[in-house]
Amino acid sequence: MNKPIYFDYAATTPVDLRVLKAMLPTFSENFGNPSSVHRFGQRAEAALETARETIAATLHCDPDEVIFTSCGSESDNLALRGAAFAQREKTGANQILCSRAEHPAVTKTALQLEKLHGFQVEWLAVDATGMVRPSALEKALCEKTALVSVMYANNEFGTINPIAELAEICRERRVLFHSDAVQAAAYLDVDVTRLGVDLLALGAHKFYGPKGVGALYVRRGTGLIPHLTGGGQEFGLRAGTQNIPLIVGLAEALHLTVTEREARSAHLRPLRDKIIGTVLETIPEAQLSGHLEARLPNHASFIFKNADGNSLLQLLDAAGFACSSGSACKTGNPEPSEAITSLGFCREWALGSLRVTLGASSTAEEVEQFVKKLPELVAKARGLLNFRPGALEE
Amino acid sequence: MTHVVVAMSGGVDSSVAAVLLKEQGYQVSGMMLRLWSEPGKENSNRCCTPDAMSQARRVAARLDIPFYVVDAKEIFKKTVVQSFLDGYAQALTPNPCLVCNRHIRWEFLLNQALALGADFMATGHYVRLKLAEDGTRQLLRAFDPAKDQSYVLSVLRQDQLQKALFPVGDYPKPEIRRIAEAHGLAVAKRPDSQDLCFLAGEDYRHFLQRNAPEILIPGEIVNRAGQVLGRHTGLANYTIGQRKGLGLASAIPLYVLGKTAATNQLIVGGAAELGARELLATGVNWQSGQSPLGLFRAEVKTRYTAQAAGGWVTPLEGSSQAAVVFDSPQRDITPGQAAVFYDGDQVLGGGVIVQFK
Repeated sequence: MNKPIYFDYAATTPVDLRVLKAMLPTFSENFGNPSSVHRFGQRAEAALETARETIAATLHCDPDEVIFTSCGSESDNLALRGAAFAQREKTGANQILCSRAEHPAVTKTALQLEKLHGFQVEWLAVDATGMVRPSALEKALCEKTALVSVMYANNEFGTINPIAELAEICRERRVLFHSDAVQAAAYLDVDVTRLGVDLLALGAHKFYGPKGVGALYVRRGTGLIPHLTGGGQEFGLRAGTQNIPLIVGLAEALHLTVTEREARSAHLRPLRDKIIGTVLETIPEAQLSGHLEARLPNHASFIFKNADGNSLLQLLDAAGFACSSGSACKTGNPEPSEAITSLGFCREWALGSLRVTLGASSTAEEVEQFVKKLPELVAKARGLLNFRPGALEE
Repeated sequence: MTHVVVAMSGGVDSSVAAVLLKEQGYQVSGMMLRLWSEPGKENSNRCCTPDAMSQARRVAARLDIPFYVVDAKEIFKKTVVQSFLDGYAQALTPNPCLVCNRHIRWEFLLNQALALGADFMATGHYVRLKLAEDGTRQLLRAFDPAKDQSYVLSVLRQDQLQKALFPVGDYPKPEIRRIAEAHGLAVAKRPDSQDLCFLAGEDYRHFLQRNAPEILIPGEIVNRAGQVLGRHTGLANYTIGQRKGLGLASAIPLYVLGKTAATNQLIVGGAAELGARELLATGVNWQSGQSPLGLFRAEVKTRYTAQAAGGWVTPLEGSSQAAVVFDSPQRDITPGQAAVFYDGDQVLGGGVIVQFK
């Protein structure tokens, strides 16, 4: 078999070797605890605060508005839970607004706040491309709304939401606005001044940084109740000794991403368009999921009628292509995801989702091989779904 | 490179099957069926619990082979579970493993494996294969007679055998455990699987009560003379040869001799009345793909755990049925179970028992 081709950069990315190089001295050489008084601690603290400054510079915010966490999901958790409790205490507002297309880090947190803590979750409508329209937000906002959470770009179907407009609406109503930018940060401008968000979640491993580290932007003056309490690190918002190697990796990865963003997008956009164009042209009963234009430059996603996305992924893997799907899980359960369902597809379509996400090492040749092979594999997956017991006996 | 998909269950046998094939130089992939469980009992299903799945996944990772889980919940329910319930509704004692092997493992999963590009599919069944001179493949009993599973694979047709590999059938079970240990597989000490996977470790009667209470119609218990001796709680609650649980006061121990679906009667009698010399089987599968020319001698097994017994087999109805006359009366011949015909170690074929006398 040929070397497998990795088309699942939205799941995770390899660590950029420049990032790895920046991290290495902070494991065993500069190993101190940044909270310590002595020189070891001071050097570690310098590495930590330099990383914070680097991130602040890319986000266009102040360093003390950047909180380090263990991942994008934790950032979402801290944003939702922390802001919901703080807002309720301050104003009595207890409603959380988000869409069903949000990452589970947001929806599950919101649902837990509803179930266990007396908050009320209202679901924002998305259009057929999975986008939250400003009009939908205006309609849903009410006096009880404490917090709105809308992702910058969707992980499953790539649609980019009009964050600046949505944040503007919330600011006028004095409602907190959080955006999960875990997928978006790799390719989109994350200038929080321009976006106007109060909270923004990042995860390093989506842009060639290490796994296990994330950040949350918290606009100055935004009240947050911490959910990890202890030694007062991260301005009292997230206790625990900071993981300096990973934080340094996050900062370096984000810095490189912002520097190289245009070039990376310019490389991937034509490859993505080649995939989208060829798939829709060569495969019958196929649709693009998400928005045609307002989508991440590395993200192509489809749904195929009467095909099981899980089978398709297995066939693709066996043929040497590593992709993903909104219905697949490793345990073989063929339920379509909430996000795909939120687009309004019926079950016979929603089960057959496929996500192809490109990245640094993707080439035109790989894309060519992929689009050449896919029609056959979709046909095979459809055949497998039509299996009837005893059919071979006749 | 020849590509083999191993149907993995997370147990020791299929894990070692993968080990052996890899050592023999095949390109190996693992596949696991996600089968149906009663709602709320997903963690008790014997062979596809989350635990079994993670075991299989770990074995695959250890062997560095791809591993895929294939959803078969709906088809398993429609095919295997439904025929299990239908069988009991018709006063039979169905054997769902036969249906599963025929339609789920060796059709549905084989089809998936072939689509993936496999040349063969392997399982951890204890049986052997032999290539005959004419190119057909013969199914043989396992090297380890205590573990032999040829009975449940008697349903395989020649086209399925052509795609099958059974690497563990050449070894005694202790050797398989030793190989698992030598390879550091955590499954080496997992207990052997027993019972039907979807019964969640419970008595099948509880399953019927929950899933098909309508078939449990109380009726009369009678003796061969038609004399009413008591009441039964539903024919499905009894198995031929059963002695306990009849709730009858009698001078001699009474056994279930048979069931009459038309009158919903359970027939009982003394030990001397047990046993029958003849049976009729339908839906007969001849594994060579060729029907026998006529009457032949064979050893016949009527239950998974029964000893094979000598007799004469007569193909009927264009060989889709077979009548068996045993040399001596056999106990516990049970409609719904398979009658499997052997020539020495070789499985000739088998069918589902519908009558006996």
